[in-house]
Formats: sequence, structure tokens, C-alpha cells
Amino acid sequence: MVDVTHYLILSTIVFSIGVVGVLTRRNVIIILMSIELMLNSVNLNLVAFSDRLQDLSGQVFAVFVIVVAAAEAAVGLGIVISLFRNKETVNVDEIDLLRG
Amino acid sequence: MLDNIWLIPLFPLLGFLINGGFGLWKVARTGTRPPKPFVYCVACGSILLSLLLSLSCFWALLQLDPQDRIQEVEVFSWIHGPAVQTIAGELANFKISWGFQLDPLSAVMILVVAGVGFLIHVYAIGYMAEEEEGFYRFFAYMNLFMFMMLTLVLANNYLLMFVGWEGVGLCSYLLIGYYIHKKSAGDAAKKAFVVNRIGDFAFIIGMLMIFTYFGSLDFTEVFHGVEEMFPMPEALWGPLCWIALLLFIGAMGKSAQIPLFVWLPDAMEGPTPVSALIHAATMVTAGVYMVARSSAIYSRAPDVLFIVAVVGICTALLAASIALFQQDIKRVLAYSTVSQLGYMFAALGVGAAAAGIFHLMTHAFFKALLFLGSGSVIVALHHEQDMRKMGGLRKHLPRTWWTMGVATLAIAGVPGLAGFFSKDEILWRSFSNGHPLIWFVGVLVAGMTAFYMMRMMFLTFHGEERLSPEVASHVHESPSVMTIPLVILAVGAVFAGYLGLPAWLGPNVFEHFLEPAFETRYHAAGETVHAAHSTEILLTLVSVALAGAGIYLAYYFFLKRKEKAEQLRQKYAGLHRIIRDKYYVDEAYDFLFVNRAKGLGRFLSAFDNNVVDGAVNGSATITQISAWLSGQADIHIVDRAVNLVAEIFEFLSTVLRKIQTGLVQRYALFFVIGIILVISLYLYMGV
Repeated sequence: MVDVTHYLILSTIVFSIGVVGVLTRRNVIIILMSIELMLNSVNLNLVAFSDRLQDLSGQVFAVFVIVVAAAEAAVGLGIVISLFRNKETVNVDEIDLLRG
Repeated sequence: MLDNIWLIPLFPLLGFLINGGFGLWKVARTGTRPPKPFVYCVACGSILLSLLLSLSCFWALLQLDPQDRIQEVEVFSWIHGPAVQTIAGELANFKISWGFQLDPLSAVMILVVAGVGFLIHVYAIGYMAEEEEGFYRFFAYMNLFMFMMLTLVLANNYLLMFVGWEGVGLCSYLLIGYYIHKKSAGDAAKKAFVVNRIGDFAFIIGMLMIFTYFGSLDFTEVFHGVEEMFPMPEALWGPLCWIALLLFIGAMGKSAQIPLFVWLPDAMEGPTPVSALIHAATMVTAGVYMVARSSAIYSRAPDVLFIVAVVGICTALLAASIALFQQDIKRVLAYSTVSQLGYMFAALGVGAAAAGIFHLMTHAFFKALLFLGSGSVIVALHHEQDMRKMGGLRKHLPRTWWTMGVATLAIAGVPGLAGFFSKDEILWRSFSNGHPLIWFVGVLVAGMTAFYMMRMMFLTFHGEERLSPEVASHVHESPSVMTIPLVILAVGAVFAGYLGLPAWLGPNVFEHFLEPAFETRYHAAGETVHAAHSTEILLTLVSVALAGAGIYLAYYFFLKRKEKAEQLRQKYAGLHRIIRDKYYVDEAYDFLFVNRAKGLGRFLSAFDNNVVDGAVNGSATITQISAWLSGQADIHIVDRAVNLVAEIFEFLSTVLRKIQTGLVQRYALFFVIGIILVISLYLYMGV
């Protein structure tokens, strides 16, 4: 029987992978993909608790998160394209326009 | 008709405004001057209108009864002053109206001024014909002068009279200095103005005294007050004497009497028509007019009358003696004018105001004629005024010769001509009123007058020609516009005298006409002694004999035996030099007053430069230093403090800036660490 603990473990693993990806990878696109992973681990949590508590609010939230994630991916990719046109790079090490 | 007397001065004023205003406007607007015919038509036309109006007013005045012959017209009320307490303790309002008055005295004056003035204006058309730049200016000033002069003689109060008095002084100044590029003309103008100012100062004080005593400046009220307050002549020196003396000092300045006569000979720097109009016929007689007008005051101040007579006769003698040796034709005439003015004052002083005014009128004719004739000579000789470079001009300038000859005989006192009657009237009155010494000096002056006037005629028109060759080739008679006024004046110089025949010949129409103006006012001093006609005839013969002697001496020395004159000059070289140099009066004044004033001026200038300017500059320096100090304080203290604050922030910011790397992953790392810390804190606290 797969209970909620398994889901949580899975979601923790996926979230951790996402965090490590965000912190360590240089490529912006991969960072965005890692963020996607983190969001989806949250979705996993939401759905798991929705099933466990028999409450549909969790699934509604998950759908919201997917929508927001889609929007975020669109904006993020737009920024990446604009960035690449101007700087000819997608490497976050080389992008430090806000340095004080 | 008599209500319109205020129009008489108005026409020249309009002429002045039109010529002056239009001329200025045209020069400013187009850079060209108004056309000459326009200018002189306006100028002469305005005077002609005044003259015609004066004649008709005079005619209207003649229709009235003698005691009604005083007409006042108030044009507008001029000054409303506060109530002032007079000496008598009454309250009087300082009220002055712009009012005119026509009585026999001012009627005579306006006829002389407008008549002679008109002729001189016409003459000036020819005389000034070569002027370009100043033509409209000249005629505008002349018209302004006529306005002021007519205001002076028509005024019905002292203050308005003073307005005209100052106005003619101003015009005199402007016209003496007419040749603005000549320094001597400017100096002469200033001299005339300043010397006149001395007299005017006394005049003002006299007016103030009149007001404080009589509470008014209107002639009628003042003279009425004089009669009430001083029914008898002042035996001792009192306020009335002071008033009379101060007014006389004013007249001294205007009418060139000792000691203020020095400006008149210098005034000859002006154009000759100006000399004729202002410095012979009209303005200089203003003092005589004013004293005659104030006869109510003078007749009650016998001491001052005596001073007037003495000053007058001394001036006559002094000026006549200077005129003997002058070489400049206009200067001879100038000193002659001073001398004749002295005669007039002598007449006023012995209590014969009518005789003085009579001489004023005849003098206006023949002296204006003499000046205009000399102007004609000067034009013919291209502005040569030295008589040593003339001679023999009779055949070149026939009209000028005979008209000037008539005037010379008139002033010399040849029987039958104007000067004879008026001069003899004065001499007779001074004798019959008990001043034989004045009569004696007067006769002497008459002889001298005949001598120097004939000398002028002989040197100018007779004898051999002494002209320089380039002048001689251009000598020509003046145009008719100049000679016709000469002829008219010559007629006047012959016949004007018949208005005032001596008692043994017929009625004195002139004196009879003037009587109302002096009637109640003058007989106190002028208690005429009705001496026998034989005495008068005898005295007349004496003066005629002296005049004849003067004429003969002039003929002898300057035509017949010229070497005799030279011998005589050698013999009395010292005396000759003193008189020729005008008794060094100018030099004495220079030494006593002018140089003192200049010294004071230099001292004040030095004071100004060193002390006043020093103080100003010192305060400026102090301001500079304090400004520098505050500038330094600003830079080093205020700015330093501001910069220090900025530097502190800058230092702190260098530390904090290190945190902000701009690298997204670094921020994310902080973020994660922070969350881990928060969560750890939660877990540790066991919430």
C-alpha cells in the first residue's frame, strides 16, 4: 500500500534535486527546469494530501501552481531570449548586472 | 477786447511749441530740419499776432477814462498755499493766480516788446539765413523769450512777474550760448546766468518780505497795503527800505547796473538780433520796469531811491567811459546800453519814473536800430567786429549807414530826435527835483555818449577803408528783409520822442498817459518843482552844447586829425590802458569771487575724492575682506562637514556593497540557507 509517506519522500527527493540544480548549475535554462522540478514536488505534496484528506482544494491548488508555473516558464524563457540577444550568453556566472 | 490780454503772451508760446516741438520731432524722425520758410513764418507770424492784439488792446485802453485804465484778467488760479500769519498779525492765504494786468505802464511795455520784437524777428530771417543746424532752435528760443517777456510785463503779481523774469534769463542764457561750438559763447552764457542769479536771489527775498508784510503778492493789493501801512515815506531805514533795496538788487542783475553789469558786454557773444532784442531793447529794461512798477514802494523809501539814483548815474558814467576806447563795434554798443540803463535808473531814482520809462521806449528804438545796423555791418564783413578793420563803409552800405546815423544822432541827443527828448526829460527832472550833481554827471555822460557814438560811426563808415582784401571784395548791402526793419526803426528813432515834449514846447502826452500807473504812488518823492521855462531851456542848451562838443571832438580826433588822437593816447597811456581794460573789474571779480569759488570747488572736489570717496572705498574694502572670510569659512567648514557625512556613508557602503554581487545563484544560496535556518529554528523551538 502506497501511503502518503511515500509521496512525501518522493517529493522531498525531487525538491532536493531541484534545489541542488538551482544552486549548482550555470545554465539558465537548466535552472528554470530545476525550478520546475521544485514546483512539481510541491504539486505532488498537494495532490497526496488532497487524496489523504479527501479534500479537492489541494488539487485545485495544484492546478493553480501548474498554471503559474507555465506563466513563469514563459516569462523566464522570454527573459532568457532577451538576455541571450544582448549578452550572447545564458551562463548565470557571467550575468551580474545588478552588482553593487 | 481787454479780456483777451492773456492771448498776447500765448501766441509766442504757441510759436515756440510749434517750432521747437516740430523741429525736434522732425530731426529725431527724419534727420532733416524743418524748412526755413515754415520756421520763420510761424515765428514772425506769432509775434505779429501778438503785436496786432497789443495794438488793439492799447486802443481799447485808450477808450477808457484815465482812472479806469487798469484791467486784470485771471486765467487760472495757480498756487493755493496755506494760511500764513503776516507781520501785522493777520492771516493771509498764499494764493497766486496766473493773472495778467493791463495798465498804461504795461501797455507801453507790450507795445515796445512786441513792436521792436517783431521787427527784430523779421530782421533775424536775413541775419540767420546762413544758419542750418540752429535755425529752428534760434527762432524757437526767440519765441520763448517773447512769451516770457510779455508774461513779465503783463503779470499782475510779483511771482508771475518772477516767472517771466527767470524765463527771459533762461532765454538770454540759451541765446548768448547759441553758437554752441564756441567756448567763449558758452562762458559768456554761464556768466550772464550766474550774475543774474545773484540779483534774483535778492529779488526772491524781497518777494518773501513783501508777502510777510502785506500778505499778498498781487500788485494792487501790495500797493494798497503799502499805502495803508506806510502813509508817509520811511524816515529811518525800515522794512520798506529793505524790500526796495532787495528788489533793486534784483533789478541790478537784470539791468546790468554796478556792480552786476559785467555780464552784459560778454553777452555780445550771441547773435546780433539777440543782442538787439534781449540785451538792448527789452530784457535788460525789465529791471527798470520792475522798479517803476514798484514805485509805490520806492516812493516811500527815499534812502533807497537815492541809492538807485547814485548807482544809476555812476553806472552811466563808468560804462560811458569804458565805451570811449572799445574797438569791438558790439562792445561799444553794449557799454552804451549799460550807460543808458544807468540813465533810466537815475531817472527812477530822482522820482521821475515816467521819464525813465520814456527813455526806455526811445532807447528801445534807437539801440535796437544800432545793434541791427551793426549786425548788418558784421554780416557784410563776414563776421568782422573789430572797428580797426572797418572804415569807409558808407558807400558800400548806404542804407545801413543812414539808418545807423539817425540812431547815433538820436542817442547823442541831437535836438529833434527821440533821444534828445527823453534824455533831456531825465536831466531836467533830476535838476528840478533837487539833484544838481546827478544832472551834472548826466550832462557829462551825454557828452561822452555823443563822442563815443560818433567815434563808432566815423571808424565804421567814414575815413579810409581798412578792410582786409578778401573781405573787401565781398562787401555788400544787406538784403531788404534786414534793411526794412532798420528803416522802420529809424522812423521810430526820429519820431518817438515827440510823444513826450518838454514842458516849454508842448504837452507831454506820454507822461500824461502813464500818470494813472504812478498817480497815487509817486508824487511823494517826485514833488516837481515848477521852475521857470527859461531855466529848463538854459539847461537844455547846456546839454546840447556838450553833445555838440562831443560830436565835434569825435570828428576832430577820428576823421580830421587822427594823429592827435594817437598823441593824446601816448600822453595818457596809463589812464588809457586802465579804461581800455574796463577798470579791471572782470579781473577784480575773478580775483575776489571767481577764483575763490574755484578754490572752494577744488577743495570740495579734493574732499570728495579723498574723504568721501575714501570712506566709500574703505567700506568697500571691508566688505571685500569679510566676504573673503565668509567664503573661506564656507569652503572649509560648511562644505567640509557636508563632505564628511558623504564620506562616512561612502565608507560604510564599500563594506555593504560586497554582499550585493548581482549573481542570482548567490542570492538563491542565501535564500536557501535562510529558509533552512528558519525551519531549523522552528524545529529546535519545537513549535
